[in-house]
Amino acid sequence: MIETLRMYMQYDMVRNALIVGVLIALCSSLLGVTLVLKRFSYIGDGLSHVAFGAIAIAAVLHLSDDMVLVMPVTILCAVLLLRTGQKTRIRGDAAIAMISVGALAVGYLLMNIFSASSNLSGDVCSTLFGSASILTLTKAEVWLSIILSVVVVVIFLLFYNRIFAVTFDENFARAAGTKVEAYNLLIAVVIAVIIVLAMNLVGSLLISALVIFPAMSAMRLFRSFRAVTIASAVLSVFCALMGILVAILADTPVGSTIVGMDILAFLICLGTARLQGRTSK
Amino acid sequence: MALLTCKDLVLGYDGHPVLSGISFEVCAGDYLCIVGENGSGKTTLMKTILGLQKPLAGKITFGDGLKQNEIGYLPQQTDVQRDFPATVREIVLSGCQGRMGRRPFYNREDKKTAAQNMERLDLSALAGRCYRELSGGQQQRVLLARALCATQKLIVLDEPVSGLDPHVTSEMYGLIRNLNREDGITVMMISHDITAALQEATHILHVGEELFFGTKADYLASPLAARFLALKGGEPV
Repeated sequence: MIETLRMYMQYDMVRNALIVGVLIALCSSLLGVTLVLKRFSYIGDGLSHVAFGAIAIAAVLHLSDDMVLVMPVTILCAVLLLRTGQKTRIRGDAAIAMISVGALAVGYLLMNIFSASSNLSGDVCSTLFGSASILTLTKAEVWLSIILSVVVVVIFLLFYNRIFAVTFDENFARAAGTKVEAYNLLIAVVIAVIIVLAMNLVGSLLISALVIFPAMSAMRLFRSFRAVTIASAVLSVFCALMGILVAILADTPVGSTIVGMDILAFLICLGTARLQGRTSK
Repeated sequence: MALLTCKDLVLGYDGHPVLSGISFEVCAGDYLCIVGENGSGKTTLMKTILGLQKPLAGKITFGDGLKQNEIGYLPQQTDVQRDFPATVREIVLSGCQGRMGRRPFYNREDKKTAAQNMERLDLSALAGRCYRELSGGQQQRVLLARALCATQKLIVLDEPVSGLDPHVTSEMYGLIRNLNREDGITVMMISHDITAALQEATHILHVGEELFFGTKADYLASPLAARFLALKGGEPV
């Protein structure tokens, strides 16, 4: 098995997949804790469907680089969703359901009407579930992923204390003069960037898993915000690595294998937490 | 000069006034209780003073070198906080966020302030404990310590004893009394509990259909207080 792995490692595409996979897993887990705690997890889900719709439009328009369209559209929707979520009059969850399902339907419709591809259901399936596109990354895509990931990590580190404050208590933060709206906006934009990046790795339907599972797993076991954040990053990276390697060796779909690893890790954490609870009582 | 002066405030949401004609002032060392019926706009008033929302009309001025973001605020607990994975130390330290300015991280001074306030409220032994595992009274003390990190002058408390048992409630009132009398921190408190409000406060602000602002003695002599006390079943002190 090690021999096989060593052989695969000689290929650029496998190395690229591992680098990009690890970076995306790292980024998506960092804000996962905040999203889960702020009850924002559904925003991630809604946005991933929006990104799917945007990809369909980009395909119809024959854009050579679909990022040009997908990134701004997703960021715009992130901002809109956040706004509606804060207004108490419009039901935030209904608005999100409308936008996400709408984007999904329109995306599929457009792909059906305008697609020149002979394998339409294959295209749709790979956009939704990830497929092997992580193994066919171009050099430009790899660099884009690296740069955006570094930006996300740097932003997270610089604003870590603010993000904690805004997550724990918006009203107190606002009273202390912290610009809560600006930080919520920052969080939404970063989420949008992460989701677009992660589409390559796990496809648009599975992105939320990458955001939510590591955070939930870490929250079972750790008691400080810092420990939870670090643990969820470590778990997420580990699961992504294992997932990609298993997918290559066993020839399974990359995205769902990674999510499978995340589910397994969550169950292990849940079990450990139960055991700890029993012994401490 | 007063720490805080409110003149002819009109409060409300989306242009609909909930409360109007509010005028009062708070001087250094005062202990002001804000009382009134449920839904009379007590929390709205507090949020307006803290700058969380704008008054529809009227004016709030700060004196004695107090800035709006130097008020220590103890809000009501939210659902998010009840199962939040964070240590006592992390939460108390976040009270220093108003003084960070453009700094991204807390400095040694901030950490010292947090440690002092944990000591002051007898939380040092719990510093590494997780917030969600604490009792209701301990959680309130953590939030009070956080509020103290934000201010040296004025703390603003929104129902600090709601949900606490009688023993812990009287402990909490004792802590607040000490902060007011011994450390000279000015207190503004929203309270449901009119009996305790009348025991603890030096001044009363009654909001609702009828308004009252003045010292506790004047309030007790007013017909409004007599009616409100009869309604709430509180005892005149």
